[in-house]
Amino acid sequence: MATETLTAVATAGGAGTRRGRGGIRSNENLAGWLFVAPVIVILGLFLLLPILMALWVSLTDWNGQGSPFTGDVPFVGAHNYTQLFTEDGLARRDFMTSIRNNIYYVAIVVPTQTVLALGLALVVNNRMLKGKSFFRSAFYFPSVTSSVAISVVFLFLFANSGAVNALLGFVGIDGPEWFADSRGVLHLLFGVVGVDSPPAALADGGPFGLTWWDWLAGPSVAMISIITLVVWTTSGTFMLMFLAGLQNVPVTLDEASTLDGASRWQRFRYVTLPMIRPTTFLVLTLGMIGSWQVFDQVYVMSQGDPAKTTLTPAYLSYRTAFRDFDYGSGAAISFVLFLIIIVFTLIQRRALAERDTDRPRRGWWRRRVPERS
Amino acid sequence: MAVLTDRPAATPARRHQRAARTLATRFLGYATLVFFGLVFLYPFVIQIGNALKTEPDAAANPLSPFPDPLTLAGFERIFAGTNFPLWLGNSLLVTVLVTIGRVFFDSLAGYALARLRFRGRGGLFAAVIAVMAVPGVVLLIPKFLVLNQLGLYNSYAGLVVPLLADAAGVFIMKQFFESIPVSVEEAARIDGASIFRTFWSVVLPMAKPALITLTILSFQGSWNEFPHSLVSVQDPDLFTLPRGLADLVSGSLGKGTQYPLKLGAALLATIPVAIIFVVFQRYFVRDANDGSDKG
Repeated sequence: MATETLTAVATAGGAGTRRGRGGIRSNENLAGWLFVAPVIVILGLFLLLPILMALWVSLTDWNGQGSPFTGDVPFVGAHNYTQLFTEDGLARRDFMTSIRNNIYYVAIVVPTQTVLALGLALVVNNRMLKGKSFFRSAFYFPSVTSSVAISVVFLFLFANSGAVNALLGFVGIDGPEWFADSRGVLHLLFGVVGVDSPPAALADGGPFGLTWWDWLAGPSVAMISIITLVVWTTSGTFMLMFLAGLQNVPVTLDEASTLDGASRWQRFRYVTLPMIRPTTFLVLTLGMIGSWQVFDQVYVMSQGDPAKTTLTPAYLSYRTAFRDFDYGSGAAISFVLFLIIIVFTLIQRRALAERDTDRPRRGWWRRRVPERS
Repeated sequence: MAVLTDRPAATPARRHQRAARTLATRFLGYATLVFFGLVFLYPFVIQIGNALKTEPDAAANPLSPFPDPLTLAGFERIFAGTNFPLWLGNSLLVTVLVTIGRVFFDSLAGYALARLRFRGRGGLFAAVIAVMAVPGVVLLIPKFLVLNQLGLYNSYAGLVVPLLADAAGVFIMKQFFESIPVSVEEAARIDGASIFRTFWSVVLPMAKPALITLTILSFQGSWNEFPHSLVSVQDPDLFTLPRGLADLVSGSLGKGTQYPLKLGAALLATIPVAIIFVVFQRYFVRDANDGSDKG
């Protein structure tokens, strides 16, 4: 297919010369469409068409055999969706568990990576320090490497006899078996204050088939290792975004506030922070959009185990379709996830467009890549 | 205003105090840099060190970067005992094809969107922007459906073709082409060059920095690509490096053992991107670099 389009474009160029006599702009219409044709075909075939097909499949009970578009495939309407939200059963339980896991994941990852990225950017932006470019690269390096390869390294770091437990050993802590430990950290904290089993009020009853006690589990110990890995890989990218934002803050403003007697903290709080608000907002929403998509790390490190505490909607949709061959349910899960992410994307675009008309289009579409102007 | 009267009055003691504070800040700054430098780089040091260890040594001294004894056994097993060479070959093939395709197709489209006046251009550009917002992970099942319907599932075409164009690349190229002065093309067009020829021999060579950026991003992206290979092929003969690596870790070898081998394989998968990163750093961190000189 690639070669066909290539020749098509080349011929168009030739034709352009012959017909071009009539006027310089006369054949731009044709050339324009030919130039964009390959991209339209590829994005249309592998982005738009799939979404429509999956929408159809999410309304069926297709099991992966044959084509989902024949009359033999049972049409079930919204059943795959109601199963996830209203019907008591394993499907809802797993889905809601994955939603719970991902909510805790987002709630920890997004603030942590944002604060860390901003902190690193502030240090790297400090005019008095030398050798900053080395450290900037060092912080960014994890972001450009393969998520799978990094996951392998972290599997080793968090192994029972791994580096993390060795470090914890130095300070006298007996590290957990990270990837086998399904205890929620909030439950562990409750345990510290003496609440080991659910109080009667929380033990049964709760929204969407999970008890309140289950909803309040917090991320599991196993999930903490994945959270650590993700914060470690993404902070570098967001640091670069903050750095770009910080460099747009006029130095004079900072100097003026120093002359006015503002302390370092006051300058940061009342000058720097408001000036980089668009960047902060960008980082927060990009972080949320990315965090709802966590997949590679879960696939490599835990596959949703132990006790489904690292299950996320993205991984659950994959597993439901490709392992349990329930493509209808899998597609339905990915559509719900799609909606969640679209909501965050829209919030972000709206807010960026309102707050600052100068930079809205610049960086929101990039994830592991620095901004470019 | 108070400052003006304050300044001349600054006593040597006060200046001393200020200098001490600057020194303290600087020390604190370096301490932070070094600490986080270690946090971000030491895992890679551990990876290299442990890839060269024996299994018992890796289990007993996971933190130490120094192998004792140093052994290449892990690497020997990677090449003799796994399909690593095959994965490497597949990854190279896919990456090269995807990179060439992306650079060419994205440039064509970017040029058309930046410079050619054709009907529907505005709508098309809006569509490109919209497409960039589609989250990749929700496309796993959909992509599989299309590849299956088109008969591309489990083939090299299935691995390569869907990745041949990307909206972000089109966007980068469009932005760049818009920064090139129109007069250059007009001269070529008046001399009778066709649209394609103007694009190919006049404008494209001027877009070198953007082309390099796009090449590097495409290389890095397709070399590391994992979810796509997960849903586009099933045949172990078509596994790329990340796919093979994931299989090695979660599948055939199980958990908890053979760390030198796994770390070594992960290391080999990281090296090409690491080299590209070190050599072409400024294309990754261009903006940050641009600004830092001003400060």
